[in-house]
Formats: sequence, C-alpha cells, structure tokens
Amino acid sequence: MTVDNSLLPLLYMLAAMSFILAIKWMNSPATARRGVIIGEIGMLLAVVGTLLRFEVVSYQWILIAFFLGSAIGVPIAYIMPMTAVPQRTAFSHACGALASALIGTAEYYKGLRQGPAPTTVEMTALIVETLLGFLTFTASLMAFGKLQEVLPQRPITYKGQNFVNLGIFGAAAVVGITLIVSPESTSLFPVFTVLALLFGVLLIIPIGGADMPTVIALLNSYAGLSASAMGFVLNNKLLIVAGALDGSSGFILAIIMCRAMNRSFGNVLFGAFGQLQTSAAATSERPYRSASAEEAAQILDSARSVVIIPGYGMAVAQAQHKLREMSDQLTKRGVNVEFAIHPVAGRMPGHMNVLLAEADVPYDKLREMDDINPEMPNVDVALIIGANDVVNPVAETDPKSPIAGMPIIQAYKARTVMVIKRSMNPGFAGIDNDLYYMPNTIMLFGDAKAFVTSLVKELSAVHAA
Amino acid sequence: MGGYEFDLWVFMLSAFLGFQLIRSVSPLLHTPLMSLTNAISAITVVGAILITGEKDASVLSRILGFCAVLLATLNVVSGYLITDRMLKMFKRRDTEKK
Repeated sequence: MTVDNSLLPLLYMLAAMSFILAIKWMNSPATARRGVIIGEIGMLLAVVGTLLRFEVVSYQWILIAFFLGSAIGVPIAYIMPMTAVPQRTAFSHACGALASALIGTAEYYKGLRQGPAPTTVEMTALIVETLLGFLTFTASLMAFGKLQEVLPQRPITYKGQNFVNLGIFGAAAVVGITLIVSPESTSLFPVFTVLALLFGVLLIIPIGGADMPTVIALLNSYAGLSASAMGFVLNNKLLIVAGALDGSSGFILAIIMCRAMNRSFGNVLFGAFGQLQTSAAATSERPYRSASAEEAAQILDSARSVVIIPGYGMAVAQAQHKLREMSDQLTKRGVNVEFAIHPVAGRMPGHMNVLLAEADVPYDKLREMDDINPEMPNVDVALIIGANDVVNPVAETDPKSPIAGMPIIQAYKARTVMVIKRSMNPGFAGIDNDLYYMPNTIMLFGDAKAFVTSLVKELSAVHAA
Repeated sequence: MGGYEFDLWVFMLSAFLGFQLIRSVSPLLHTPLMSLTNAISAITVVGAILITGEKDASVLSRILGFCAVLLATLNVVSGYLITDRMLKMFKRRDTEKK
C-alpha cells in the first residue's frame, strides 16, 4: 500500500500535539491516565504513518523487531516490582539512548555510502546525537548497576579523576569536531564511539548511590536531547518536539532534585558525595531515649495528629503495607494521619509516592515537604521510618555539615518524634543525626517492617482493652 | 537544506513549552511522568523504521536499524504500560471507601 507522503506531515503534527497533551494531563492524577491514552494514540499515528511511507519497502525485520521488543517490554512492565522502577527507568534510558546512537551510526555510514555527503549542519547534529546516545547508554547502565546494587554504592574516586574525565571528554569533542569538518575520515568514527562509551562509564563511577535520583533525571534529559538531535539529522519536526519535551522534563526534574539537596549539578557530578565522613567518627556517646512497641503504640493512640516521614529504608524493608494498616487503624480512631514526602525520599523523583500509592495510601494524604513544614509544630507525633538525612536538623544548624542548607522535613518541631531504626549507625552520608538525641525524640529499635507489625498488634490490643 | 534554522526554532519553542508543562506537574506524579516522557522519546522508532525498511539498505544499516527498532519498541511498550500501571494505583480517599 502506498500513501501520498504529503499526508505525513499532518500525521506527525497530530502525534506531536498528542504528546504535548499527554504531558499536560500528567499535571493531575485525575487526568493522568487520559494522558497515557492520548500518548499511545500519538505514537500509533506516527508509527503507522512511517510504515506507510514509500521509502519503507522492507517490512520483515521491522515486524520481527516490533515483536521481540514487545515480547520483552510487556513482561517487564507487568512483573517489575515498584521498588525496582528506578532501575527500569535507568535501563530504558540505556535502551532509548542506544537506539538513537545506533540510528545515528547507521545514518553516518549511509550518508557516506550513498551520498549526498552530510552537510556540516547535519554532521553536527549527527555527532551530538551519537555522542549523547553512546554516553547516556553506558552511563545509564552504570546507574542501573548502582541501583540494582550489582555495583558498589559508594563513589569510586582516584587522584586526578576529574582530569581524566575531562581529558576523555575533550578527546571525544576533538574527534567529533574533526568528523564534522571532514566526515569522510571514517576511521575516526569508531574512535569517537569508544570515547563516548568510555566517558559514560567514567562519568558515573564517582557518583554515590544517594545521588542517583539526580543522575537518572539528567540521563533522561540527555536521552531526550539525543532524540531531538536525530530530528535535526532526519529533518523530522516530530522527533525534535518529542525529544525537546523529554529533554526539558529530565532537566527540570534534575534541578528539582538538586534543589532538594541544596547542591549544584557540578557538585552532584563531580563532588563524589557519599564518601564516608572520617570526621564523623567523633560521634560521642550522647544520651538518647528508646521505647518498646507497646509504649510507642500508646503514644500514637493518644495523639491527635501523626505525620509519617518515610524514607527509602521503609521500601527496602517492605514496610509500606503494614504502615498503611497502622495508618488505617489510627484514622479509624480519629487520629489525623498524613505522610510527609521529601523530594529525594525515594530513588528517583516521586518514587516514594508511587510506593505508598501501591500500598493503597490515598494520594491526598501524601504531603510535600514545603506544604507540611509550617504545620509541624502542631503535630503530636512525627514518625520517621527509614529516613535519616532528610530530617537531620544539622542541615539547618551546622553550616559546616556536608548537608548544610539542604531543605529538610522539620520533624524536630513536632511534640514527639519517633524514629524506627535498626541501630544508632549514621546514614548513607555518614553524618550523625542530632534529631536522635533531642529530648522529645524516642528511638524505636528494630527492623522497620517487624516494628510496624508489632505497632499494629499493640494498637489493636489497646483498642480491645 | 537550510531548514536547520527553522528546526532550531521548533526546538527552542518546544523546550520552553516543555519547561512550562513539566513545572505544573505535581511532584506526586514525577515518577510516572518520567516513564511517560521516556516512552514518548522512543518516537525515535520512526528513525529506526526508516533506516531498517529502506529499499537498498546495507547489511550494517539493517542490523543497526533492527536493533534500534527493537530497543525503541521495548521502551514504547514497557513505558506506556508501566506508566498506566503506576497511575492506576493513585486513588483518593473518597474513591477508596466505595
């Protein structure tokens, strides 16, 4: 079947419109699912339109690839546990970026073989596309490895690391520019590819696991920009628009993550944050209070308002379902229970919300940090579970602390603070948490899930009595 | 050619549009947002189809194109499905009571 190619721009434009609408409707949970549907329609229009183009004559490999891609993609989407969403996201950034890079590579060799030789403009776009594509591919794989914990979480640093990285990037840039000037020097293209791949690996090595939310967002942006650059190569506005939307989205999320940690991009990328603080060894034997589940349950039972502050530790312990049970019990007795979510509470932007939504916590009970902080002084109990640095008052009091200036959920302002924690060990950044030693703080030692389970039991016992 | 100036304008305007749109997305939905934009950027499948389906594509082109179609399709399919799976879990208190 052949279709007049003049219909194509219209189809592509409709697809671009539906992508814009899809993102617009993501602004509220009420319309978000509609957004997904319109996004799917847009994709369908674009793919069908492209398949009908007269240039496309050979279908067998395309169809096989469609089939294989779906055969892998569908099970991933359904089996993936919600705790693993960050890994999946990193993995899909790797796939998307590699796809762009491969297409760029194919375009390059095709242009040389068949002519016309690529113009400087096309060549520039092509180099940007493949550079971002290849480096995002390996960088995302590294991020995947760190999130999946097959690679060490701590940053790996060595002397002169930033010089080596800069050198590799500089070399890639020089080779890239040479290729732009003289595209016919084909021997340079593999060199360029290897340098870009290598740079992606080196870029992530010095970044600690706790910074992965920012890194994922940034890689999301790169993958989008690579797709957009492909649009310049292929003269396709739809690719430019879709890539730019993805690029700006990732960029904004990365900025939000950086702000939530009071860090700059440079500091995240080159600061090697998360190395063990040697100075933190000075953690003195300060006194603290601890309590049993029974005592904690009584305090919770007599509270009027409880704010639960979850961190990734809660998800690791799989305590979210028990936590929701507890919150239901308290709600039934007229206690106002809410969840305060720090922007970097999970392993990617918004991750904690998804984890709690999966445990059937209604989303109107999930409150943002800036929203809930002014109310903290009126809160009877702040219950911290699996979070540490995001509630550490040191961020506000000690300008020399590594987390100085980081916005925190002001749990310390609550009348009573309860912290469920395995032991007094400092958190990821190795910074001692002053909150644990405050007079209104009660430490609850134990595994998060086990402790919440006993809280649930005690609460029903209190009720029965 | 010479269309690159026009392309740059398109890029610039859509990037600004993107900034405005994303800014209004609630942090509640940032994870599904990222998987949605991820699926959308897999529109690169268009480029991959063009490379793979060409009449006299070289073996190299076919292989690279085939891999690219596969990878992009994977992202499209799993991206949309997982976004929807996540969004389905977001419920309000009142709807839950029913």
